[in-house]
Amino acid sequence: MNDLADLTIVEAGRRMRSGECSAADLLDAVIRRASFTEAHLHAYLLIDRDGAGAAAEAADAELAAGRDRGPLHGIPLALKDNLTTRGLATTCSSRILEGYVPPYDATAVARLRQAGAVIVGKTNLDEFAMGSSTENSAFGPSRNPWDPDRVPGGSSGGVAAAVAAGSALGGFGTDTGGSVRQPGSLCGVVGMKPTYGRVSRYGLIAFASSLDQIGPLARSVEDAVVLLEAVAGFDVNDSTSIPGDVPDLRAGLGAGVAGMRIGVVRELMGKGIDREVLAATGAMVDRLSDAGADIVEVSIPAVEYALSAYYLIAPAEASANLARFDGVRYGLRVDGDTTEEMMARTRADGFGPEVIRRVLLGTYALSAGYYDAFYGQAQKVRTLLRREFAAAYEKVDALVSPTSPTTAFEVGAKTADPLAMYYSDVCTIPINLSGDPGISVPIGLDDARLPIGFQVMAPALAEPVLFQVAAEVERIAAFAARPSLAASEPLPT
Amino acid sequence: MTEYEAVIGIETHVELQTRSKMFCGCPVTFGAEPNTACCPVCLGLPGALPVPNEAAIDGILAIGSALDCELVEHSVFHRKNYFYPDLPKNYQISQYDLPLCVNGRIVIDVDGEPVTIGITRVHMEEDTGKSIHVGDGGRIADAGYSLLDFNRSGVPLVEIVTEPDVRSAEQARAYGAELQQIVRALGVSDARLEEGSMRFDANVSVRPRGSAVLGTRSEVKNVNSLRSLERAIAFEIDRQIGVLEAGGRVVQETRHWNEETGATSSMRSKEESEDYRYFQEPDLLPLHVDDAKRAAVRQALPVLPAARRAGYAETGIGGRLAAALVATDGLGELFEEAMASGAGARAAANWVTGEVVAHARRMGVGPADTPLTGQHLAELAAMVEDGELSATAAKDVLAGVLEGEGTPAEVAAGRDLIQISDASVFEDAVDAVLADNADAVGKITAGDTKPIGFLVGEVMKATGGKADPRLVSELIRSKAGG
Repeated sequence: MNDLADLTIVEAGRRMRSGECSAADLLDAVIRRASFTEAHLHAYLLIDRDGAGAAAEAADAELAAGRDRGPLHGIPLALKDNLTTRGLATTCSSRILEGYVPPYDATAVARLRQAGAVIVGKTNLDEFAMGSSTENSAFGPSRNPWDPDRVPGGSSGGVAAAVAAGSALGGFGTDTGGSVRQPGSLCGVVGMKPTYGRVSRYGLIAFASSLDQIGPLARSVEDAVVLLEAVAGFDVNDSTSIPGDVPDLRAGLGAGVAGMRIGVVRELMGKGIDREVLAATGAMVDRLSDAGADIVEVSIPAVEYALSAYYLIAPAEASANLARFDGVRYGLRVDGDTTEEMMARTRADGFGPEVIRRVLLGTYALSAGYYDAFYGQAQKVRTLLRREFAAAYEKVDALVSPTSPTTAFEVGAKTADPLAMYYSDVCTIPINLSGDPGISVPIGLDDARLPIGFQVMAPALAEPVLFQVAAEVERIAAFAARPSLAASEPLPT
Repeated sequence: MTEYEAVIGIETHVELQTRSKMFCGCPVTFGAEPNTACCPVCLGLPGALPVPNEAAIDGILAIGSALDCELVEHSVFHRKNYFYPDLPKNYQISQYDLPLCVNGRIVIDVDGEPVTIGITRVHMEEDTGKSIHVGDGGRIADAGYSLLDFNRSGVPLVEIVTEPDVRSAEQARAYGAELQQIVRALGVSDARLEEGSMRFDANVSVRPRGSAVLGTRSEVKNVNSLRSLERAIAFEIDRQIGVLEAGGRVVQETRHWNEETGATSSMRSKEESEDYRYFQEPDLLPLHVDDAKRAAVRQALPVLPAARRAGYAETGIGGRLAAALVATDGLGELFEEAMASGAGARAAANWVTGEVVAHARRMGVGPADTPLTGQHLAELAAMVEDGELSATAAKDVLAGVLEGEGTPAEVAAGRDLIQISDASVFEDAVDAVLADNADAVGKITAGDTKPIGFLVGEVMKATGGKADPRLVSELIRSKAGG
């Protein structure tokens, strides 16, 4: 791999410091790649050539002057377009935010800038992060670099596709029900959801506040660690962010899994999971056992109800979170004769069908007379699920499962059947409800040459354990395949 | 004819005057340029998150503690969902079934009778922005357009809800006044009704006296003074009785008080009322109030109005005088300072509630903002006691001190008001007056004491009012042999 666009962050940083390339070279490489792939992928909603160019130049000047901001210095990254960026339009892939330019940076974005990262642009997502295929974007779907007839997963499909295709070296998505891990799985890259509260949500445009978490997408587990290190840690602007120091996330890297107890979640290893995915997952479990891990089967019965609970809690929170988009202060406004009519028209025109479906669902679930039966009941399931995960972690260090029940499906295959689409997140949703960290690591390809992801889960705050197991999975899998699209880039002339 | 009884519950909103807003660092201001005190959080911009203001939590706990509430150990914020242009998130962060303070009480005094009003709950929320509807009527439905000011958006707001224990408009007013004094004594808010930093809503119903069943209630809004609280409730009680007497049915609705017409009118009925779809605010952690916190809050409470009135009563200052001293900011402090410096309670109380209040009102300042100190009052009292000043002259001196002319001694000297208590100084004047009024002297000698007053007046005139009238009177009696 000689193209700079295909390097890991760690390798790119090494080359930059040895003088083999500059931040400007890295940015040129990913933008050149994008100029070829974007026509097929539509990963980006906006490429900030000027801002990124200036940031890369500044990064080079600083390095030349001896100021090194660390591993992300000069690294070109992609950001999901639900992270607010000062002075840069932020749309959530929704018409309702038309023309909105945030006056402030999300905490994670500010920390990335502080770390010297170069923000290439804003990537596509399912509108307001509601979806599993990036087809619910008001600006058109993104596609999978392994097969442009297929979806990249979602809702962080744009950033996953960009990282897989080489139009960014890494990036950040948000994971509310699997929206980082599932597209990571479908695009053959690493996707990680930290413990709830590990990364500040300030400036993450909320979908479901109690579930949302910003997470990295990367080409290696170590890159994911580097990315998370830059943004993790308490933020005074987010009361739900975890106080105190972030543990050493690299502590377990390279230590292997010998002597660790790893649980296989029974409920996620059967019904509804694709045969090839199941086989690859089982094989990896066997290899972990060979590597010295003590493998046990673990049952978490409440997982069966996780999807149902999620589709009450997340829409309920969303119905309130999205209430602010009313045409009064920013974004789209569709006029009406009365204030109510203006608000209603703005929302009817500005939101896409999936968003409207979830806002209605959530409003209903919270309504007087229905609250106990729906939202209240869902919260009980959530409590139960937390308890069962906590009990499981008394016995094991980490849990594993497939990330997605299938590999990438064809564009349009599930758009007419919301429930089938919702089922894409069956393996990832449980730990959004429990608040625990999880990661998807690519472990191979199916017969159609589509990537298969393997999910590792760990107790809350135990990211070092999570990365330890993930790094071993990565070492064993030695996944080196490249998406057809990235590999087919014409050589620069 | 049926005799009716009113059943009234009062909801009060108090804006806390903390330095910053409830969930962001913006300053709490009044009267600033519109939209100059706001940020992504209080504008509800996408992605912004609330962070609770600890000073506001301390403020509400002080109020709860002063109202004898239980300070709840585990309390949470909820989202109250409704759409309104001046509510930037279209939900208000408030509290629902787990408020910070519950089960309190306030004892009010109505015509010397103590009445206990139960406090159901005291909870924390954020204020909305302000809508200025331009066009007819000042209501959103009639407006040509509306202007929005978000300076108030996110200001800490405490809601205090009573049990339906209030039985008359007069009691409601007494409750409002007492609550206002408590909030001011705590120093958490200036509680100004006219500026909206304290606002009342009253739930009013009537029922035949003796009935245990509650009548249908209406909620009266837009009362901007204690007087209008009393008037609005009195109107509403009469209106409801009128409806029932005419064989009608009271409708559950929200009614708007109109200060000019002195009447309430229907705003919206219950059928149109909203389902607020409360659910726990996921952006905020639960609040914890432990025993140490409770103790600290109680410890920090100032002497409350009721206790102060009781204390004054022990010095012989009770009833309306004590109430007046406590009711206005700064008066009680001035009175207590005067007492501590040695003034007599009665004189100090009279001066403070009389001359001081009148002067401050004339000057348009607070009673605490004049140059007068408690030491001055004590000095003044001592001068009267020592016979250096007559009661009349003392008032003049007090006026001088209030005008900033100096200490009582300086003013008395400056205005030449020191009383002459040395009889030898004005004996010549007495002799001259007696010589000029032989008739009167004759009557006195014959045993008629009536002319003494007249003669004293003549001497006072001759001495420019500085002679001690008591001594003058004695001297006349002894010289005229009366």
